[in-house]
Amino acid sequence: MSVLKVHDLRGGYGPVRVLHGLSFEVNAGEIVVILGANGSGKTTTLRAVSGMLNATGSVLLHGEEVLGRSPERIARSRVAHVPQGRGTFPELTVEENLRVGAYSRSDSAIADDIDRWFGVFPRLKERRHQQAGSMSGGEQQMLAVSRALMMNPELLLLDEPSLGLAPLVTQELFEQLGTLNRTTSISMLVVEQNANLALKIAQRGYVLEAGLIVASGTAAELKSNDEVRKAYLGMA
Amino acid sequence: MASRRKWTSFAVAMLVLAWLAYVPQFYGQSELVPWSEALYFSIAALGLNLLTGYNGQISIGHGAFFGVGAYTTAILMEHNAWQFLPTLPIVIAVALVVGAAFGFPALRLKGLYLALITLGIAALFPDLVNRFASKYGTAGTSLIQPPRVLAPEWASGFAEADDQYRYYMLLVVGVVMLILAANLVRGRFGRALVAVRDHEAAASTLGVNIARVKVGAFAISAAYAAVAGSLSVLVNGSANAGKIEVFRQSILFLVAVVIGGTATVAGPVIGAYVVVFGQDFAKDIFDDKPELAPAVFGVLLVVLMYVLPDGIVGGWRRLIARRSRSDGLPPLPSASPAH
Repeated sequence: MSVLKVHDLRGGYGPVRVLHGLSFEVNAGEIVVILGANGSGKTTTLRAVSGMLNATGSVLLHGEEVLGRSPERIARSRVAHVPQGRGTFPELTVEENLRVGAYSRSDSAIADDIDRWFGVFPRLKERRHQQAGSMSGGEQQMLAVSRALMMNPELLLLDEPSLGLAPLVTQELFEQLGTLNRTTSISMLVVEQNANLALKIAQRGYVLEAGLIVASGTAAELKSNDEVRKAYLGMA
Repeated sequence: MASRRKWTSFAVAMLVLAWLAYVPQFYGQSELVPWSEALYFSIAALGLNLLTGYNGQISIGHGAFFGVGAYTTAILMEHNAWQFLPTLPIVIAVALVVGAAFGFPALRLKGLYLALITLGIAALFPDLVNRFASKYGTAGTSLIQPPRVLAPEWASGFAEADDQYRYYMLLVVGVVMLILAANLVRGRFGRALVAVRDHEAAASTLGVNIARVKVGAFAISAAYAAVAGSLSVLVNGSANAGKIEVFRQSILFLVAVVIGGTATVAGPVIGAYVVVFGQDFAKDIFDDKPELAPAVFGVLLVVLMYVLPDGIVGGWRRLIARRSRSDGLPPLPSASPAH
């Protein structure tokens, strides 16, 4: 059963076409990675899925067409988007950021969930009353992920979580994402340039080039694909 | 540590409130006028701060919303023989609607463009008033002078004079509006205001309805300005909409917010007092040359902004942070409202 099924997605910015008809899907409980170089359309793809971009084609969430809906409506269908460059709210405290993440919820478990993600990311707990903008890039990325998780998402969209992070921090973050995926049933769609790390936690992947899917397969298949190895894994 | 600071600010607030309550006992009738002006100015600045400080939408048109409040109260009192206080709910309802109506076009505009549109509201308002309110005003003008509010018998213990009584009405309404604003910015809507200001796209992907938040901010801040305008009728005994006056007020509200400290609770109130008494101070310096007063006030503002670029409250916070480094990092300077 696919959580997300995208078919013939086309779109771009004004007259500039970026996506030329992509099709891919994310099954329940899966981590799927989309690999691609700068400018291949990774971010644009995620923006189209979360409603921030006018696109044509089809985006099905649990079989329901959501293309053309506003971002806040799509968010309420439990799709969380961690934007590129994190997009934390710098002048709100860590805890306030998390509470904005729970904006569309009205249940009583919000405080419990804050504690839950503090348990996963203890460094955020230490800084719960600190303004988000005064934290390091890695901490802000963890905050952005936790904030998205506060929505109780079924599908988490992650836009280059490794961008601008030190290698060790990136590795830690990916390990935590992998653990999260195993312990919860949250499906994830990750777009990344760091193929090594992403393929370690992903079950399947796609390769995006100039707005088109040029390869796809299981993580193991992609790791042994010559093109992928040359372009993304730095191996001949 | 944080709770000790909370208690300190609570104690300071109580001291200030006690002093403000004591002011009418201390000052005579003419000296009380600026204190009353500072109170309604504070309310308008509080409201503008919700929009500009917390939500990042600039308005140079709040003098118009102020006027909407003043005229609503004045007309209801003069021509429908209403008491003052019952006009306030009507004022708030009217301003929420008018504010929301201007909030919708603001959805498409940001920064300088939004500033220009709101400036247009300030320019348009006196003409509208002249057209529609002159049938209520004296001798076919738009000046309306409703009956003055007088001190009732029961208040004779603390307010013998009418202006003392009116001052206390202003103070009570002011404190209520301050508490409401403080609760608003600390709650769910307040977090949404800042989230939309800091990162609109991220806020929308978290399910925050951007349009609702922005229009809501406009409506609420218009209501604050209108309540201030309504209270100004208490102080001045009239509602008027001079072309220059509406502009001047719109700009002074913004000055109060910036001088006091954007996106802080106390900032706009402190800024309002600085604006009202700063102008008085400027007048007093060169008693024989009143034409110099605006220049002196201008210099005062330039110096203040140079020394305290993030406002009086921002400067105060930096001072505190420097004295207690162990507390963590100093707070970030307030984001500029125009970004």
